[in-house]
Amino acid sequence: MNAILNRQPRSFLAVAAVIWFGIYKILEPLSHTLVNALQLEPGSHAYDALQFFLYDTPKVLLLLAGVVMVMGMVNSYFTPERTRALLSGRHEGVGNIMAALLGIVTPFCSCSAVPLFIGFVQAGVPLGVTFSFLISAPMVNEIALALLFALFGWKIAALYLVLGLSIAIVSGYIIGRLKMEAHLEDWVRNMAHVQATVGVDELTLTDRISAGFASVREIVGKVWPYVLAGIAIGAAIHGYVPQDFMAGLMGKDAPWWSVPASVLIGVPMYTNAAGIIPIVEALLAKGASLGTVLAFMMSVIALSLPEMVILRKVLKPRLIATFVGVVASGIMLVGYVFNAMV
Amino acid sequence: MKNIKVLGTGCANCKTTLKLIETAAKEKGVTVELEKVEDIQAIMSYGVMATPGVVVDGKVVHAGGVPSRDKIAGWL
Repeated sequence: MNAILNRQPRSFLAVAAVIWFGIYKILEPLSHTLVNALQLEPGSHAYDALQFFLYDTPKVLLLLAGVVMVMGMVNSYFTPERTRALLSGRHEGVGNIMAALLGIVTPFCSCSAVPLFIGFVQAGVPLGVTFSFLISAPMVNEIALALLFALFGWKIAALYLVLGLSIAIVSGYIIGRLKMEAHLEDWVRNMAHVQATVGVDELTLTDRISAGFASVREIVGKVWPYVLAGIAIGAAIHGYVPQDFMAGLMGKDAPWWSVPASVLIGVPMYTNAAGIIPIVEALLAKGASLGTVLAFMMSVIALSLPEMVILRKVLKPRLIATFVGVVASGIMLVGYVFNAMV
Repeated sequence: MKNIKVLGTGCANCKTTLKLIETAAKEKGVTVELEKVEDIQAIMSYGVMATPGVVVDGKVVHAGGVPSRDKIAGWL
């Protein structure tokens, strides 16, 4: 395999894609065969639960691995340096849209948020455009999208993508309009301006494929326990917790303030997109409304206390408060719109 | 003796990077002076935008993500 990868990277990719698709296709019949082998009665509760678990677990993990693989390769084209060069000197408006889109494809780890922020501002990327990137990068990421797609279908995944991008674009635009450059910490403003440059990119297709595999190992290796927990919770509470358990708190009978309350509860919670999925699965299964749950999920991912503590080193309190206020309003709006539509 | 600095605000990946370099140096029997740079202003002075970053003898050799074993071996 390694020889093919080195000499014929294109063929390697094609073969890998066919194998992936083949495995994906036999998952459902295989899960039935496995459950039948256990001699459970077809149609019984145990049969359904077990078949669901045996089918859904590999399906979700396989989809996740596929998406992470592709994104790992795409990521290798968009280094932070290149993204910065693309954004520097952009005007607001177009710049905000580009920043939000680049946020999806640029590799990003929340611990890099501050160095990235400073690097952008230093190279003359407008403050509002920088914020669009900073909001979109953690919130609209491939793991969240792949998991939403695998567990809840493409419509919900697409809706999440569009709404996440909108929040990032509009929030960044508003922050830019407010002209809050004076609320950056002094040492950030006084830093020497740097020219945004891009190093020569000498990666081969083989390198990019290796980068894809590396991110599959890293991300799927980290995420699979959460996925397993999510599906297990979904299967386990089925039938034991009443179907509309959450309806009164977060569902159709909930009071108007359940959306802002969900956002508020989400702020001190800090986890990545994968960690929140089991909770989302459990809430939705028990009658919580989609808008309220999505608002909660976005709040957990996009607004976190630890991140704000780090951001405090570069932003003065008023700018942090504005950032939180604008993003939280956007998320609440999404929650209400969703609840009204579905 | 080589001076190696790991730049990072203290996230999990930064700690992993530090440990990897430590082990690699021990295995090779190379003595290195290993430093952790956690102050954000100091990190920025190296022009690094993604952490963890690695600086060998004052030169940035890596930024963003945990470096591979081969890459670390190359520095030593």
